[in-house]
Amino acid sequence: MRTIRLRDVEAHAPPRLFGRRVSGWVAPRRQPALLAVALLIVAAIALLSVAVGSVFIPPSVTLKILLSRLLPLRIAPDWPAAFEQILIEIRLPRVALVALTGAALACSGTAYQGLFRNPLADPYLIGVASGAGLGAMVAITLPVTQPLLVPSCAFVGAVLTIALVYALARVGGSTPVTTLLLAGVAVGTLATAFSTFLLLRLSQQATRVLAFLLGGYGGAGWESVLAVLPFSTLGCALLYLYARPLTLLLFDVEQARQLGVDVERVTLIVIIAATLTTAAAVAFSGLIGFVGLIVPHMGRLLVGADQRRLLPLSTLGGAGFLLLADLLARTVIAPEELPLGVVTAFVGAPFFLWLLRRARRAAFF
Amino acid sequence: MSELTIENLSAAYRDRTVLCDVSLAVGSGQVLGLIGPNGAGKTTLLRAISGALVPTAGSIRLGDTNLLRLRATERARRVAVVPQGAHLPEGFTVAEVVLLGRTPHLPRFGGEGAHDREIARQAMVRAAIWELRDRWVGELSGGERQRVLIARALAQEPQVLLLDEATAHLDLKHQTATLDMARRLARSGLIVIAALHDLNLAALYADRLALLCAGRLLTCDTPSRVLTPELLRRAYDVDVVVGSHPLYHTPLVALVAEDDAWQGDQR
Repeated sequence: MRTIRLRDVEAHAPPRLFGRRVSGWVAPRRQPALLAVALLIVAAIALLSVAVGSVFIPPSVTLKILLSRLLPLRIAPDWPAAFEQILIEIRLPRVALVALTGAALACSGTAYQGLFRNPLADPYLIGVASGAGLGAMVAITLPVTQPLLVPSCAFVGAVLTIALVYALARVGGSTPVTTLLLAGVAVGTLATAFSTFLLLRLSQQATRVLAFLLGGYGGAGWESVLAVLPFSTLGCALLYLYARPLTLLLFDVEQARQLGVDVERVTLIVIIAATLTTAAAVAFSGLIGFVGLIVPHMGRLLVGADQRRLLPLSTLGGAGFLLLADLLARTVIAPEELPLGVVTAFVGAPFFLWLLRRARRAAFF
Repeated sequence: MSELTIENLSAAYRDRTVLCDVSLAVGSGQVLGLIGPNGAGKTTLLRAISGALVPTAGSIRLGDTNLLRLRATERARRVAVVPQGAHLPEGFTVAEVVLLGRTPHLPRFGGEGAHDREIARQAMVRAAIWELRDRWVGELSGGERQRVLIARALAQEPQVLLLDEATAHLDLKHQTATLDMARRLARSGLIVIAALHDLNLAALYADRLALLCAGRLLTCDTPSRVLTPELLRRAYDVDVVVGSHPLYHTPLVALVAEDDAWQGDQR
C-alpha cells in the first residue's frame, strides 16, 4: 500500500471544485466533439445577438434572409425590407466584428499565457493597450475626420510600441520573458503618460476618447470587419502553426531547447502574431479587458494546457464570450448601450476572486 | 554502435572558466558516472554535450558526427537529457508529455503519426509507465514523474542519454529503480552518462567513473580505481574509508567524521 504524504498531496494535487478535479475535465478522446459543440454554441449566440436590438428580428427570419442572399434560391421575401437592411448593414457587421475581436483577444491571450508561462498574462501585458490608446489619442487630436483614421493610428501605435519593447528587451542574442515584461511595463507606462497628457488637452473631445478607452462598437460597418479580418486571421493562423513549439515552451526554456526548439525565433514569431491580432482587434473595439485573461483559463479547465487543443477552443470561446457580453451591453440598459469594457470588467472581478480561491490550494502551471 | 568522444573541451560562463581541457570517451553499452563536488563542472559538461552551452574550445564527436556543428533539432535526435526535478506543467497527461519527445523527428508543421505513437508507446513500456498513460502528470509521485521524463527522453530515440542528478531528490527505492533502468538502457545499446552525487550509487551502477574537480578531469577509470581515499581527498577535501560491498564487491565509500572526539562519545 502506498502511503501518501501530505507534502505530495499539497504540491501536486490538481485543483478541485466541489470535489471534482477541475483541470482538463474533458478526456482527450472527446475533445474534437467539444470543438464542434463549441462552434454550434457560438453560432447560436450569434443568431441570438443578431436578433436582439431596437427591432427584434426572429432567428428564423435571419436564416431565411441569409439563405436567400448566399444561395441562388428564389425565396419570396415575407419579411419587411427594413429587416433585411438592418440585418445586413448594421447587425451582421457588428456581430462579426464582436466575434472577431473576442476570438482575436482570446487567441493572443492563450499564446501570451503560454509564452510567459504565467496565468495572469493577457494580450495587453507588454504594452499593446497603451500603444493603441496613444495612437488613438493622437488621431483624435488631428483635425482630420476620416472614419478609419483612429483605428489606423491605434494599430500603428500598438505595433510601434511592441517593436520598441522587443528591441529594448533583447539581451545578447536572447529575449528572456522577464525582460520583455519589464520593458513592456516601462514603455507602456510612458505611453500612458503621453496619453494622459493629451487627454487633458482634449477635454472637449473627452467623450470620444473615453468611448475608445472603454471599448464599444457604436459605428461598426463592413469596412471595419474587412479591415480587421486579414490581420486577425493571419495572426491566429500563425499562432496555431506554432502551437507545438509554444506547448514545449510551457515546460522550461531549457527543456524546450533540448527538444530542438529555436526559442528565440519562436518567441519573436509568437509576439509578432499575437501583436497583429491584438492590435487589429483593439484598433476597432477599443480596450476591452479580461477576455484574453479569462477565456484561456476556462479553456484550460476543459482541455488542459496543450496549445494545439487550447488555441482553437479559446478562439471559439473568446468569440462566444464577447458576443454574450455584447448582448448584455445592449440589453441591460436598453435603449442605451453599456461600454463593452465595463461589462467584461464586471465579469472579470468575480473571476479573479475565484482564481484566488484556487490559488490557495494548487499551482497553476 | 558508436562512441562519444570529447577532446580538450573547455567552457566558460562569461569570463569564469568552468571546464578546462576535459577529454574522455564513452562507448555504447556503457554507463559513465560523472562525480565530483558541487561546481566541479558535471552539469556544465552535460550541458555542453546536449547543446545548451557552447564550449569555448575542444570538440565533441558522436561516431563521425561533430555534435557542435549540428542544429538543435538534429542534435535532439541524437542526444536526450533527463533533467533534475524538472518542471512538468499541469494540464498534460503522461502520454502527451512522452509524445512531445517525438518533436525532433517531426516535420516543422506536421503532427504525430502512427509510427510516432508506436515509438512513444515503446518508450513508456520501457520506462514502466504504460499503465499511467492517461493520468495527469500533476497527480504523479516524484518517482513516477522521473520515469515520465525518462520515457520522453527515450521517445527521442537518442544514441546518448544524459542524466543530470536525476536521482538526487528521490526516495531510495526510486533512486535504485532509476539507475537500474539506466543500466538496462545502456546494455540495450545507448550511451548513458549520469551525473551523480551519491558515490556508492555511482560505484554500483557505473561501468566507469569520471572524477571532476574545479573544472578539470582528475581521472576516468573503473570505480575501484577512482574511489580511493587519495583521489577522493583531492577532489572532495574529505577523509574517507573505502571498503567492499558485501554482495557485489564494488567499492563502498564510508565517510570519516571531521571531529574524532565525537567518536568517543558514541561508545
